Amino acid sequence: MNKVVFGLILGGLLGIFDGLTSYFTPAVRAQLLGIVIGSTVKGIIAGVLIGWFARKVNSLAAGIAFGLGVGLLLAFAVAAMQPGPDHYYFQIMLPGGIVGLIVGYATQKYQSGPAPARA
Amino acid sequence: MSWLSDDAVARLRDVGSEPDLSATPYGFVGALGRGGMGAVFLVEDSRLGRRVAMKVLDLPDRSGALEARLVREARVLAQLEHPGIVPVHDVGSLADGRVFYTMKYVEGRRLDEWAGSAASLAERLRLFEKICEPVAFAHSRGVLHRDLKPANVMVGPFGEVLVMDWGVAKIVGGAVTESVPAPAASAAPVIPASDSKSSAATGDTAHGSVLGTPGFMAPEQERGEVGQLDSRADIYSLGAILKFLAAPASGGKIPRRLAAIIGKAMSEEPQSRYSSAQALAYDVAGYLDGLPVSAYPEGIFERAVRVASRNRVAVVLVLAYLLMRILLIFWRPR
Repeated sequence: MNKVVFGLILGGLLGIFDGLTSYFTPAVRAQLLGIVIGSTVKGIIAGVLIGWFARKVNSLAAGIAFGLGVGLLLAFAVAAMQPGPDHYYFQIMLPGGIVGLIVGYATQKYQSGPAPARA
Repeated sequence: MSWLSDDAVARLRDVGSEPDLSATPYGFVGALGRGGMGAVFLVEDSRLGRRVAMKVLDLPDRSGALEARLVREARVLAQLEHPGIVPVHDVGSLADGRVFYTMKYVEGRRLDEWAGSAASLAERLRLFEKICEPVAFAHSRGVLHRDLKPANVMVGPFGEVLVMDWGVAKIVGGAVTESVPAPAASAAPVIPASDSKSSAATGDTAHGSVLGTPGFMAPEQERGEVGQLDSRADIYSLGAILKFLAAPASGGKIPRRLAAIIGKAMSEEPQSRYSSAQALAYDVAGYLDGLPVSAYPEGIFERAVRVASRNRVAVVLVLAYLLMRILLIFWRPR
């Protein structure tokens, strides 16, 4: 499994989990399914980007910083797209940033060797 | 009449012990050290213009057994081509008839001297892994070193490791051939217990049918069971070296998993030891990388602690995420 696929799977899984936790917020519980789908898509996009970065740059610090940045940016976009007066920037961006951070760390630590050379 | 000063006496002694190199293409440069049966000198090879180390027998040897052993050592070494084993360049005789062989001059420190530095436990263990490699190679070629100890390991300036002094090596089969017979056991007396103690104190190799260094010698080797010896005798010595390296860096208290590795390598019974030097090195590498080691069966809690400490950053990140999630559940904006 290469780093991009690894990032995609991890980002997706964390996205699902992240979306499910909105169940504990009564105000948005009715839109749980949409939140889970959106959060999963966001996690997958972030995972692919962070995994791609990890393939290009071999640095734990840079990977974590990039993951944090991508996570925050995507979460900001999601929050900004929220209808109504409440955008829940804090509630969406904080977990989004930490998820990006975790994926950034994991993709840097995940060891996937180069594809074996073929004759 | 005036007495010679101590310095003058020492100088005369040095000059007296210098080998007569007139019949060889080598020029004397200096003395390097003294081993169990010979002295090692730094000489210059005039043909190639390089410095090499020359080992010369310096003990009275009426039986010729020690001479045969020196030649045998050179031949064994010549057949063990490995970056961790010092290569032999030449073998011959001095003008006075003494046998010599020349080998690569290794600039570095002996392991016992290196261990006195402030190297961390991890650095020491990484170095130990390197010591296992040439030993494993020699075993694969059917050669036992039989005198592995810190004084017989050189550490180069770039951390390279060379296993030295194969003078008491034993050939137990495999690819290396022994064309010079080993000295008969009766050629030299068995070391008495008192000699054994003094050898332990000085770290010198004991002569006689019991060959090796007390403290680093396997029990069966110490009992003189020469015919019973196999690679596990060297494993015991490697375990003793590991203990020697680990103890000072651990503040006297060796970590449990590492102590278990040492304990297995130094088991009284050969069958309880590691089956190979690679297996020992593998366990040490596993210890360093926070992986399970075969010598230490761990419980669930210990396993969890090991895995967590190995993935400390990941654990912190996940805990931070969960904490943040819990806080957000209970936090309600006004």
